[in-house]
Order: sequence, then C-alpha cells, then structure tokens
Amino acid sequence: MYDDLIQAALYGALLVAIAVPLGVYIAAVFTGRVTFLAPVERLLLSAAGAGQDQRWGTYAASLLAFNAGGLALLFGILAFQHRLPLNPMGFDGLSWHLALNTAISFVTNTNWQSYGGETTMSHFSQMAGLTTQNFLSAASGMAVAAAVARGFAARQARTIGNFWADLTRGTLYILLPGAIAIALVLVALGVPQTLQGAVTASTVEGAQQTISLGPVASQVAIKQLGTNGGGFFNVNSAHPLENPNAISNFIQMLAILAIPAGFVLAYGRMVGDRRQGRALFAAMAILLVSAFAATYAAERAGNPLAAAFADPAAGNMEGKEVRFGIVGSVLWAVTTTAASNGSVNAMHDSLTPLGGLMAMLNIQLGEIVYGGVGVGLTGMLLFVIFTVFLAGLMVGRTPEYLGKKIEAKEIKLAALTLLVMPVGILAFAAIAIATGNAQASVQDAGPHGLSELVYAYTSATGNNGSAFAGFSANTPFHNVMLGLAMLLGRFGYILPILAIAGSLAAKTPASATAGTFPTHGPVFVVLLLATILIVGALTFLPVLALGPIAEHVSMIAGQRF
Amino acid sequence: MAHLRPSLVLIAAFTLLTGLVYPLAITAFGQLALPVQANGSLVMKGGVPVGSRLVGQAFAAPGYFHPRPSATSAADPADPSKTIEAPYNAANSSGSNLGPTATALSEAMAARAAALGSGPHPADLVTASASGLDPHLSPAGALAQVSRVAAARGLPEEALRALVAAHVEGREAGLLGEARVNVLALNLALDALRR
Repeated sequence: MYDDLIQAALYGALLVAIAVPLGVYIAAVFTGRVTFLAPVERLLLSAAGAGQDQRWGTYAASLLAFNAGGLALLFGILAFQHRLPLNPMGFDGLSWHLALNTAISFVTNTNWQSYGGETTMSHFSQMAGLTTQNFLSAASGMAVAAAVARGFAARQARTIGNFWADLTRGTLYILLPGAIAIALVLVALGVPQTLQGAVTASTVEGAQQTISLGPVASQVAIKQLGTNGGGFFNVNSAHPLENPNAISNFIQMLAILAIPAGFVLAYGRMVGDRRQGRALFAAMAILLVSAFAATYAAERAGNPLAAAFADPAAGNMEGKEVRFGIVGSVLWAVTTTAASNGSVNAMHDSLTPLGGLMAMLNIQLGEIVYGGVGVGLTGMLLFVIFTVFLAGLMVGRTPEYLGKKIEAKEIKLAALTLLVMPVGILAFAAIAIATGNAQASVQDAGPHGLSELVYAYTSATGNNGSAFAGFSANTPFHNVMLGLAMLLGRFGYILPILAIAGSLAAKTPASATAGTFPTHGPVFVVLLLATILIVGALTFLPVLALGPIAEHVSMIAGQRF
Repeated sequence: MAHLRPSLVLIAAFTLLTGLVYPLAITAFGQLALPVQANGSLVMKGGVPVGSRLVGQAFAAPGYFHPRPSATSAADPADPSKTIEAPYNAANSSGSNLGPTATALSEAMAARAAALGSGPHPADLVTASASGLDPHLSPAGALAQVSRVAAARGLPEEALRALVAAHVEGREAGLLGEARVNVLALNLALDALRR
C-alpha cells in the first residue's frame, strides 16, 4: 500500500513540476512570444489568408468551418480506405454510420471507438485520418482556451484573437514538438512504429500467432498529449504494444494531464494575475486527489464475489494488467476521466461498482479536473462564473470576475451549458431505453447493464471516449446518437463560452474595492468546489443510484445477475 | 465563405504535416535506430519469430507455465458471423468486459479456480487481463505453478523455483509498476534447462 501511495505522490509531484514551466511556455505561445518556427507559421498563415484578429462570432465560425472540413475529410478517408494506400491487412471501408461516428468522435476530441483498431483501420486511416485529427481537435481546444483567456483579460476590446493563428501556433509550438519527443521515447520502450500490418510467429507450443503491428508510437504520443485517447489497438493503452511497461505507463499518464494542467497556470499569466490560475489549479488538484482516493480504495478492496477464487489481497484484477497493478490502473482511470482523454489501461467495465462510479462522475462533472486540452479550463471557468454569481446573490452585489461585471447575458449563456450534460446523457440514454436500443446493446444484466448504457452516453457527451466496452455501440442507432451527443458536448460548451468571452472582452474592468469578492483565495476555492458538486453531482445522483450504487449494494449482499 | 480558404489550406497542410510527415519521420527513425523495438520486439528462434517479448502467448501443456486467462476471440471458421474463444489472439485484443456482479464472471473464475485446486489462488491466475495479451504473471502466479511443471518435466521443484526467482523483474527503477515474470521468457528458459 505504501509502495502504491509513493507512486501516486510521485505522479502528483512530477505533474506540478511539468505544469509550472509548461504554463509559462503556453502563455508565451499564445501571446506570440515564441517564434522559433516563425517562417513556417508565416507561410501557413499567409497561404491560408488568415486575416486579422476576429470578433467572437467570426472566431467561432472559423472554428466550426475548420472542424466541419476536417470531419468531411476524415469521413471520406474512413469510408473509402479500401481504395487508399497503406492498407496492408486489406481492411474494407467503414460503414457509413461507423465512419460518421468515428469522424465526429475524432474531430470533437472524444475519440470514442465504436471500432476495434487492429481489426478495422488501415494504416492510412490511422495516420492521415486519425492522427491528424488528434492534433487538430486538440489545437482547436487550445485555441478556444486562449481566446477565452484573452477575452476575459481584455479592456474594451472587440476581438479575442485569430483562430487560424491560434490553431497554427498550438500545433507547431506545443503539440508537434511534444508528440515527437514522446513518440521517440515510446519507440525506445518497445512501442512499434512500422508500416507492416502484422507478423506471424510460430509459438513455443507450435501454434501460429498473428501479432498486429503498425505506426503505433506516433499515434499513442499525440493521443495522450492532446487528451484525445483514441488508441491504435482495440484495448488502447492496456495493449502491451501500446504501453509495454510501468515507465511508458507513467509517461503516458503525465502526458494526459500535462497540457491541461499547464494551461490553467498559463491562464493566470494571460489574464495578468497568476493567483487566479493557481486557485483553479488548487481546486482541480483537490478533486483529482479525492477521485483517486475513492477509486483506489474501491479497487484495492476488490470484488467480494470473487473472494473464494482469487486472493483478495491482490485487489480487483479482472480487466487489469499485471505490469500496472492496482495503483497504475487506478491512477490512469482517474486521470483519463478527469481529463477528456478516454484512453484506458484497464477495462472500465470490470472496475468495481464504486470505481466505475468515480470514472463516470469525473466525466459528468464536465471533465474540469484539468480536463481536456483547452476545454477543461473553459469548463471550469463556467463554474467560476456560477460561483461568483451565487456569491453575489448571497451578499447582494453585482457579481464580478477579474474586475468585470457578470451580468444577465453571461449568466444566461453559462446556464445554457448546464443543460448539455443532462440532455446528452439522461435524455439520450432515455431515448435509447424507450426505443429498445439500449436493451439490445448491453452485455451485463442488472444494474451494471444500466451503467454500461449511461457510461456510453456520458463518455460521448463529455467527449471522453472511454467505455464500459461490453456495450455494443457499433449499431446504426448508437453510432448516430452517440455522434449527436459528441457534437452537443463539444460545441454546446465551446460556443457559449466564446460568446461570454466576446461579451467580457468589451467591458471595462473596475479596480478592486473593499467590497470585491476575491476569486483567488481559499474561501473562493471552497465555494467553487461546493458549486461544482451541487450542480454537477446532484444532476446525476438518481441515475448513479440506479446503476453503480445499486450494483455496489447488491455486490455486498452477495447478489449476482 | 471567408472561412473556406483558410479551412482548406490548413486542413491540407496539417494533414500532410501531422498525418504523414510526422508518423513517417518517426517510422524512419524507429526502423533505422531502434529496429527491434519498432518491429514489435520479436523473439527469434532459428531465424523465425517465436513470439514477441511484449505480447503474451497461449501455453496449455502441463510442462509449461501458463499465462493469465485471456478473453480474446476470433471469427468462427465455420461461420464468420460468429466468434469463438481464441486466447492470446494478438490480432484482436480484448478484455472480458464483465462487470463485478456478472454471473458469467463468477462462473468463469470458479472454473479457472477449480482447475487449479482448492483456492483462493493468486488473483492473476483466475482473472482475465485487460488486453487478453498480458505477457506477465505475478511472482506468486508463477510460483503457484511450479509443482505442476516440475511433475510434468520430472525436474526438482527447487530448480524451478530458482528459475522463477531469476526471472522476476522488479518494479521499474525500484519504484514504478509491479514485480512480474515474463511468461514467454520463463518458458524459453525452461526449455533451455532441459537440454
């Protein structure tokens, strides 16, 4: 147990050690002070005709146009991969609904996999299709966060930056160098990087074993760094060729949260008050540690229904790998759902009921615990706006954030985003049940079956991408509905927060007075955490009670389904 | 329409840069500088691959150490629309995805435990791994099989316990991950022992 906690503490310490300098760097990139690739940047932006700084609406339209184009291209690549090069296994094109689901999935940074990578995707699809969108969806998220930080900090400004410039800078200066470095290390640790499709081994006992290979390392590096999560193989980073040992496991876990955590600190710098970033960082850290503690306790305690067969001291090892053990699997399950990453190194479907609950709840809270690249920060800022609003109601003053008045318009826009998760998760799952499509796809009976369904729609709406993978999602109904949930979960947050940024950019900050409620101290952090838990957790308590909590109680009572 | 040109130009440029140049450059590096790792860390025997050091493979004979239960499957040769159990199918990775209260999980664990004798047993011997391709056992999981392997091979248990101990890999840097035994390496060493 102490060995486990030392690993977790080391993870936390290294994450902070990476986030601090990375925050300085990210702020420099998005304020145009990093220029070592300036010729490439200038070439791309002038060829594109990027233009000047944009108002929020234009910025949002650019983002939508770029994502729509990316979606169309990816759909085409996937549907027609049998006519494209680099298809050594001779895979067929994807069905229209699977291609649509996958294209939406990668463009929205969800990386939900309705497919099994090594049994479905050509190398061209993995590289030119999926790897490209791993970069571009992450760069889109960072662009949004940068624009929001600018809007919050601006004084009587009409514009919040240029989408094309932000996209290009994020890709060239942050994602590409980071992915190259991580990919090289992963290859050295044993992650394959080849254009051959598979190799056949003659095993010791004389059987044939076909081992799928491919350009794995280049994809795994960016899937973690960009909080994408879509793996090369079906089982993602549980596959020994995606994640061969505890060091590759540790590097990938750090890569998942590095940019999201760094961005929170960069935000403080960009709005000219580092304490603001640190307060959010602290609130997120408290949520991360709490989620880890709860999940670790559940997985370590294990499954009492298995106690007669498996040594209980080992914890719940179903769906876990020996080289990661309990702590390496739990730490991953928490970071991947706290961020909108969604890659897995253990099968979430086989987590204990409370372990699965924590994974689900992390996503349902909006993936604000560092969160997805860029969008985790902006999700947290929406909760900040609620918190200052509630604090303002309590003391009877107009709420302010960073010296700017938060008025009806901003609150209405923020309130709109509160509907995203309930609609995408509860309403969509209810439709799936009412039409019989849920019952046809769940694997397990009893409350765990409900958890499988709810997890799928939670993951899609939260743009996470992890799964209770016993759920058969590759049907026309679920591919389309989950696709809609992903679009809702992505743009249902991005558009309102950009509108808020545009609105705040135009305002004049007032200087702080004795009556100003400070948004950087411990009181604010506590209020913020309370708001998150009240708003986020209460929405989902009923469905969690019917799924994982009912399952937990059944398990303790010795009930099987 | 003002967004059309920048969208098209940047999608094309970044598909080229991040979707082709980047993965192909990493591929070139891997193939030139780290060919063993880049091609799946294959273990060669007489010029042909006997498996990958990183990927588990099925062992069923009593004279070998058996790996963890695997939930991978393959298409049924008789009817490709159905699947059949195919442990350690490294072309179709999969866990069981069974929840903790599933009857099927308890039944599977009970069957595995019964085959091993009276339980409880080291957890890794009765639970399916996440990937279905776990190359490792816990040291306890390997030691628990020593008497069966020794009896099948007519070797002293002491020698096998020493062999297992020599194959235990500790935590990385003494800190990360878990102690474990690579089953393929152990079994290859076992075959070498006999000669």
